[in-house]
Amino acid sequence: MLSKKNLQLNADGNLNHLLAIEGLPKRIIERILDTAESFVGINEREVKVVPLLRGKSIFNIFFENSTRTRTTFEIAAKRLSADVINLDVGRSSTSKGETILDTIANLTAMHADMFVVRHSASGAPHLIAQHAAPHIHVINAGDGRHEHPTQGLLDVFTIRKYKKDFTRLTVAIVGDVLHSRVARSQIHALTTLGVPELRVIGPHTLLPTDIARLGVRTFSSLEEGLKGVDVVTMLRLQNERMNGALLPSASEYFSRYGLTPKKLALAKPDAIVLHPGPMNRGVEIDSAVADGSQSVILPQVTYGIAVRMAVMAILAGSTK
Amino acid sequence: MTHELPDAEALFAQLKSTMAASIAHNAKLVGVYSGGAWLADRLVKELDGEHEVGYIDVSFYRDDLSTSGLKSNVRSTQIPFSVEGAHIVIVDDVLFTGRSIRAAINTLFDFGRPASVQLAVLVDRGGRELPISADFVGAPLIVAADLMLALNKDAAGKFSLATEPWKSR
Repeated sequence: MLSKKNLQLNADGNLNHLLAIEGLPKRIIERILDTAESFVGINEREVKVVPLLRGKSIFNIFFENSTRTRTTFEIAAKRLSADVINLDVGRSSTSKGETILDTIANLTAMHADMFVVRHSASGAPHLIAQHAAPHIHVINAGDGRHEHPTQGLLDVFTIRKYKKDFTRLTVAIVGDVLHSRVARSQIHALTTLGVPELRVIGPHTLLPTDIARLGVRTFSSLEEGLKGVDVVTMLRLQNERMNGALLPSASEYFSRYGLTPKKLALAKPDAIVLHPGPMNRGVEIDSAVADGSQSVILPQVTYGIAVRMAVMAILAGSTK
Repeated sequence: MTHELPDAEALFAQLKSTMAASIAHNAKLVGVYSGGAWLADRLVKELDGEHEVGYIDVSFYRDDLSTSGLKSNVRSTQIPFSVEGAHIVIVDDVLFTGRSIRAAINTLFDFGRPASVQLAVLVDRGGRELPISADFVGAPLIVAADLMLALNKDAAGKFSLATEPWKSR
């Protein structure tokens, strides 16, 4: 674990790779959020581009497909004037038998400056960061069940926008926490930023058994868990979970854990609702909530661009 | 080590009177964070005419990202008026290499095409690396190359100049 943490920071204590929220000092998280604040303004201009990363080559290497996430990284890079190269590795080299590290060596030989990596195996971005040339910066765009750090950062950025002070909040994360890298990143970010009460809500089969270690309260009843919360994060119920023995059916899941207006009314009146997308309407979230006044799901998408721009700009400015 | 630095308030009065004589009555003042922003605020308050104020943080337009990194406290550029067709005066505290001003001009042009752009600085310390000169200057000043010169503002809003060794980052 120690080498993982240190791998993200250079000798001066600045961010050199973004691999996980776990182990990131509060000052780094706050610096990313503050820098993202300035990029929000850029995205609202008519000319939505700044020349900061002109001449840099950013490779989106997606070993696992995700058009949405890849697109947000692509937009962020382009708005910083970087050149973006999208590689759908799942469908090319690796299917011909090339190892990850050979793929990386080849891309490095093409004078890459930054890799944005998505992989179904936890730890793949760490492996790449360990073996990449010293000038290359790596961003984890989601690895297995481990972390999705830019999603965690955009979640806390959105929460900060609406709630300002983390140290007075109660936050609930609802759904398949066990398999969720989004939940893991958000929990680490919120904990580091000083959120005093974190709850996870879901069926026992979808909650990690050791989650209390992270200082989190667990609830199997949505109604109980939502009482008095300021922020609700709904997780996407991945379809493949339905096939196994973990859950009976989508409709039964919705009746117990789907967020409806009636259940949301148990939270504070000004509570906000987050969802990392893509949403399954009628499975984990009711349309009336998704499209309702307390939903900040679309602002999350907007802020996600600014947050990814901030991460790329900070990394590109880091040496060693 | 202390230099005999000039009184910043006197330089400000000098800069203001030079500008009052010749800037457009509706010129927009755009201050470069942070010293230039303070100056622009004061100038807009004290100059006659219909002036508006905006602020530029040049961090996203600098040319030294790979050597100096992104500074930790980036501020949001705020231009609350249309740049298109406007007479703009960029305001900064110290004019040195000219690189910040180059970045400020590029920032400005991403908001539109101004009718004219002028430059007002409290102090011109020479040392230019780009073909940039100021239209309005409080005073020229010779400062040792190894010292950074910056404007400070106290709680009462009073300006002063100070030098310190360059920070590496």
